[in-house]
Amino acid sequence: MNDLSTVGLQLIDLLAAVSLLLAFGLLIQRRLTALIDFYALQSLVLVIVTSLVGWLTGQRHLYLSAALTMVLKVLLIPILLYRLVRRLRLETSHDTLVKLPATLLLGLLLVIFAFDVARPIAQLSTAIASGTLGIALAGILVGFLMMISRSRAISQVIAFLAMENGVFLAATAVTHGMPMVVELGIAVDVLIGVLILGVFLFHLQDAADSLEAGGPASPTARLERSGPETPKPRKARTQTP
Amino acid sequence: MASGLAGQMLAILAALALAPILSGWVAQCRAWLQSRSAPPLWQPWLVLHKLFLREVVLAQGASPLFSAVPFLVFACMVTACAIIPTLSTDLPLSVVADAVALVGVLALARVLLSLAAMDIGTAFGSLGARRDMLVGFLAEPALLMVLFTAALGAHSTALASMVDVLAHRELAILPSLAFAGVAFTMVSVAENGRIPVDNPTTHLELTMIHEALILEYSGPHLALIEWAASLKLFAYSCIGIALFFPWGLAANDSPLALLFALPILVAKLALGGAVLAVAESVSAKMRIFRVPEYLAIAFVLAVIGVLVHILLGS
Repeated sequence: MNDLSTVGLQLIDLLAAVSLLLAFGLLIQRRLTALIDFYALQSLVLVIVTSLVGWLTGQRHLYLSAALTMVLKVLLIPILLYRLVRRLRLETSHDTLVKLPATLLLGLLLVIFAFDVARPIAQLSTAIASGTLGIALAGILVGFLMMISRSRAISQVIAFLAMENGVFLAATAVTHGMPMVVELGIAVDVLIGVLILGVFLFHLQDAADSLEAGGPASPTARLERSGPETPKPRKARTQTP
Repeated sequence: MASGLAGQMLAILAALALAPILSGWVAQCRAWLQSRSAPPLWQPWLVLHKLFLREVVLAQGASPLFSAVPFLVFACMVTACAIIPTLSTDLPLSVVADAVALVGVLALARVLLSLAAMDIGTAFGSLGARRDMLVGFLAEPALLMVLFTAALGAHSTALASMVDVLAHRELAILPSLAFAGVAFTMVSVAENGRIPVDNPTTHLELTMIHEALILEYSGPHLALIEWAASLKLFAYSCIGIALFFPWGLAANDSPLALLFALPILVAKLALGGAVLAVAESVSAKMRIFRVPEYLAIAFVLAVIGVLVHILLGS
């Protein structure tokens, strides 16, 4: 193995670590616009990792997959989410359910668990960057924790997308990417998922006047979200037959 | 041995002389960034000179501890600067204490300062002491974890050998050090009372931490404490440089080699100070109750650094 590919391998490890760092950024960030930025950044890291693995192993289809990630996850989905946030006036919404230090410590436990689980598996693998499996698994679990610890549907969507990034990273690093058909299918799935969730969120807000996923919104959360312009008259109209 | 002694003296003198200049440089950069006319680079030295000429005014009921603390704190910071490999990794004092002892020395200075602040019995003193201990006890584990990340690679907690290993390994990208670097930056900002944790130039009672601690000090006592504070900034900058940018350190203890290492250190410090000034100018001070969250983030990042090191074996 020559010097260049050694540097490439180390770069993959580093980028996987950066992606875990961004997963933690997603976990602790309160502002929704920043969440979307972090997600786009994490996807960008994924694009670089995929192209690097493609270059190191000489598998052409990984370039295609990287390009797909670039268009879909770095550009299209963040733009869609931004529009959603602006339409629903959620720019300054806070929705963490658990106190931040507690969330962080839980995340830390998940990382320890993931690393411990991944070590024996990584030893069996012959792929070039098998060490990243643990990091990718940790990223998935941290995304999962984020989904649990948020009350608002849109943050949960972003958490879901971050989890998908983790799965993608694991697939790329350990098995040199999934078959192209599967990858295309997942990409379309994610895009459609985001579109449907966008429509769903609009209807949720119209029907329930809240985007809280667990039960009715607390009065303070409602106040935070839309301030004085809560559409009260419409509600009155629906009540009268 | 004689050359070792001379080298050690040179390193300590360089720290004593450069520390106020570093504080002045950061202040100057901040002034430029905020379109103010900048104070001269040696402004902290002028302040120290002025303060040393003044007489000491002691508060009523001050115990001997109060007047002893400035000297003790100053001694702690000089010791810390002597332990850290600022110019060379082979100095006589660097084998005296390892990284854990270094954290202990820094903690000792903080405890002494807090005790002195509470000694007078003013409200501000105990308020500052409490806040400082709040920051300190959360920052310390994170700092230890950062140092352990580097220690895992070197199989030793001695700072000099840690830096030696880091400086002479083959060029490799270490993910664990990336985590440790971010965590260390966050911790050193908190420990040195810079924005966003504390504002070193404010005397507003709602926000000040470090200034509330030293409110009762005057004259040479205040000068020593200010000098110790800039030495602390210098010490943290040098730990950061030694761990993450260790190139250009002298490997032996001859004064000549140290003299060659000095310009490199000054250049790195200038760069680091400028970066600190930019970071301070673009961020807003956070509420005091956000500080535990901030430091929890630093701690978690540092622990992940250790874990990644264990997982990847690098």
